[in-house]
Amino acid sequence: MIGILGNYLQGIGRALFFLFTIIAAIPSALVRPRLMAQQIYSVGVLSLVIIVLSGSFVGMVLALQFYRTLQVFGAGESLGVAIALSVVREFGPVVTALLFAGRAGSALAAEIGLMKATDQLSGMEMMAVDPIKRVVAPRFLAGLISMPLLAFIFTVMAIGVAGGHAIGVSLLGVDAGSYWAGIREVLHGDDIRDAFIKSITFGAACSWIAVYQGYHAAPTSAGVARATTDTVVISSLAILALDFILTAFMF
Amino acid sequence: MTTSPTDVAASTLVSVRGLRFSHGPRVIYDGVDLDIPRGRITAIMGPSGTGKTTLLRLIGGQWKPSAGTVTFDGINVHSQSRSQLFEMRMRMGMLFQNGALLTDLTVFDNVAFPLREHTKLPESMIRDLVLMKLNAVGLRGARDLYPEELSGGMSRRVALARAISLDPQLVMYDEPFTGQDPISMGVLMRLVRTLNDALGLTSIIVSHDVVEVLSICDQAYVISGGKVLGHGAAHEVRASQSEWVQQFLKGEPDGPVPFHYKAVPYAQDLLGAAK
Repeated sequence: MIGILGNYLQGIGRALFFLFTIIAAIPSALVRPRLMAQQIYSVGVLSLVIIVLSGSFVGMVLALQFYRTLQVFGAGESLGVAIALSVVREFGPVVTALLFAGRAGSALAAEIGLMKATDQLSGMEMMAVDPIKRVVAPRFLAGLISMPLLAFIFTVMAIGVAGGHAIGVSLLGVDAGSYWAGIREVLHGDDIRDAFIKSITFGAACSWIAVYQGYHAAPTSAGVARATTDTVVISSLAILALDFILTAFMF
Repeated sequence: MTTSPTDVAASTLVSVRGLRFSHGPRVIYDGVDLDIPRGRITAIMGPSGTGKTTLLRLIGGQWKPSAGTVTFDGINVHSQSRSQLFEMRMRMGMLFQNGALLTDLTVFDNVAFPLREHTKLPESMIRDLVLMKLNAVGLRGARDLYPEELSGGMSRRVALARAISLDPQLVMYDEPFTGQDPISMGVLMRLVRTLNDALGLTSIIVSHDVVEVLSICDQAYVISGGKVLGHGAAHEVRASQSEWVQQFLKGEPDGPVPFHYKAVPYAQDLLGAAK
């Protein structure tokens, strides 16, 4: 029992130390805009399709569910408010982060783990290039930047365009004017700020877990597979736990 | 060739003294002394699992020994700060067994990688340098290929071009000939020899391909069980009195290294199973 706890604490210590090393390497990643652009492309832009589609579907489902309940109380016109608040405060940041962990986090861990297994990281070190600066920090930063942007796109898709708006207004016949007016009245800057804080926290957690798992993977195919799985499992749990803590403080 | 600041080590580029290293409970080096003379090709030979690659990582400063010193050009590798170590590594090239090419870059970009990271040369000059290095290994025409499109021998040649792109003093080869067909083996052997002589390099080859390595090296060390068992010029190693070295060089199945892994006597084992 003490042994397990000791291992656990040791792991956390190592991961924290790793985080500090990455943070120290961030300035040198920032001065390489081309490298950053490549990473934001592979972490963020390539996640766009899944985020756009999921956002739309979540919005559509929420519209169907909320409308039925609201209709019972004769409040069908408040559909926009219900969707907007739940998406901005919860679904946007949380679902985006979960999808991000599955799509980008696993890819990050596998990529870095394979680079380690094929000696590419050692090779860089022997060429006097620091892999933390050249490989890890840009990927971490790209995750941090992409997450809030993806969450924003998810939210817009879920509330408007093809999501809640399409089902609520076009299919269920809620008045478009009251759909949007309700949102404008109830949704405040505070909600947007809190959602931003949430998604940037999730972005940091997901990217940190992914690069840590990849960088510390055992250099075998089983090790890389394990790192990928662990990334998704730990990230998902971390996102949900962090969401609870943040929500408790915010609302 | 540059001369070392310390006169004692004037002709020795890398010197290893009393090296001890263990990996977990396993002792890999137990007091090893090596001298790598400048301008020569030194072979380090030994059976698989003796930690020959470990030695290269220790010389490159990636791992720390538990005792003993490694000096490169008169400077103790393991007392250097991280940035001093990185400075030092720019003067070393290392060829990994599988090439360790960056898989998301083309051959050209792989060879240009150290130049782009460490120099502020204009792109036109980088292009010239890269093409010169690629031409030296005969792969100028393969510049636009990706690492997955290369054969094993070609990957190693590209990795060699990359290892010499910063014009290092020392090149370390990790098992350069393993798993190569006769032609690409011949190409690699000739490259190691000609590059060493033409560029005034110092080379360390870690390998267990006895015949090939002994035919191109200037001197060799035979290492097993964490100790140096034989060393000298190729003909001296071949004439070694050590039974172990003879078994290793000739590849005999039985000898000081027994055919059977340590076990209880055969008959006793079989009877025991019947009980």
